Amino acid sequence: MTYYPFVVAAVLFVAGLYGAITSRSYVHLAVCLTVMQASTYVLLLAIGYLRGAAPPITQGQLPGTRLVDPVVQALTLTDIVVSVVVLALILSLAVQAHRRAGTVDPDKLRRIRG
Amino acid sequence: MNRRVRLVLLMPSLAAILGVLLWGYTGLPNFGTTISSYGQFIDRVAEPQRHVTNLVSAVMFDYRGIDTLVEEFILFASVMGVALLLRSSREVAEQRPRDVVTSDAVRTAGSALAPVMLLFGLWIIAFGYVTPGGGFQGGVAASAGALLLWLAGSYRTLRDLSPTFLVDAAEGLGAASYIGIGLLGLAAGSPFLYNTIPLGTAGTLASGGTIAALNWVAGIEVAAAFVLIYHEFLEEYIQTFTYTKADQ
Repeated sequence: MTYYPFVVAAVLFVAGLYGAITSRSYVHLAVCLTVMQASTYVLLLAIGYLRGAAPPITQGQLPGTRLVDPVVQALTLTDIVVSVVVLALILSLAVQAHRRAGTVDPDKLRRIRG
Repeated sequence: MNRRVRLVLLMPSLAAILGVLLWGYTGLPNFGTTISSYGQFIDRVAEPQRHVTNLVSAVMFDYRGIDTLVEEFILFASVMGVALLLRSSREVAEQRPRDVVTSDAVRTAGSALAPVMLLFGLWIIAFGYVTPGGGFQGGVAASAGALLLWLAGSYRTLRDLSPTFLVDAAEGLGAASYIGIGLLGLAAGSPFLYNTIPLGTAGTLASGGTIAALNWVAGIEVAAAFVLIYHEFLEEYIQTFTYTKADQ
C-alpha cells in the first residue's frame, strides 16, 4: 500500500489553509493559496501516475507502450495557468488595498469604511 | 474575535480536515498501480483518432476543448481584472523612470537572450501537439522574452517593443479566435469545437486539425496575457522606484 504522495497533498493543503486563515497580509495570503493549489497538482499527478509507464507522448514510443494518464496532466496544466493569473489578480488587489488604506493587513482593513 | 481564540478554534477544525482528507485518500487506488479508464481510453485511441502524438494537447484542445475554452476565459477575465484595477487608479502624471541598467554584462546577456527566449517559446508552441509542450507552456516561455527586455534595457524599451494596443489586441483576438475555431465545427454541421479540419499525418507539424489551430490561439493569448500582467506590475514597481529615489 503506497499513499505517500497523497499524504504530501493532504499536508500541503492543510498547511496552506492554516497559513491563509492566520494570515496577516494579503501577499502572504496569496502565497498560502498557491501552496493550497500546489497540493492539487501533487494529487492530480499522483492519481495519474503509473509505475514504469512512459509519458503520454506517443512520438518515438513503440506502439502498445504503457502511458501515464494524460487527462489529469491536462487538468494540472489548466490548474497551474489559472492559479498564476488568479495570483496576479489577488496581488493587484493587495496593491490597491495598500494604495487606498496604506496597509495589507485584513484585520486593519476592516476598520476602514467607504 | 481575537487572534488567540481564532487559533484555538482553528486547530481542531484543521486536524479534522486533515483526518478526513487522509481517510478519503486511503480509498484511492494505490499510487502508481492504475490510472482512470478515461485516461486508458485516451492513451489507446487519441493517436489513431486525432493524429497527434502529444496526448495532453489532444485532451486540452480536442477531447476537453470546452474546458480549455472556459479556462481561457478565466485567464482573460483575470487579466482584464488586473488591468482594470491597476490602470484606473494610477496617477496619470508620466514620469521618466530611472531604471537604466548600468551593468554591461546584464545588458549584453539580456539582449542576446530575449530573442532566444521568444524563439524558444514559439518553438514549444509550434511543436505542442507533436512533442512535449503546447500553447500554454510556450506562451509563458515566449512572454519571458519580454521580461528579459526589461532586464536588459529599461521599462521604456519593453513598452516600446510591446505596445499596449498590440498586446490588448492579441489578448482579445486569442480569446475570440478560440470561439471562432469552435464555430467552424458548427458551420460544418457538427457539434461546437468538433475537429473539422483535415487531420494530416501524426508526428508532423501538419497534423491534428483544429488542435494545431487552437494550440496557436492559446499560445498567443497566454503570451499576451502574461506580457500584460508584466506591464501592469512593472508600472507599479517603476512608480514606487521613482518615488523612493525622489524621496532620498
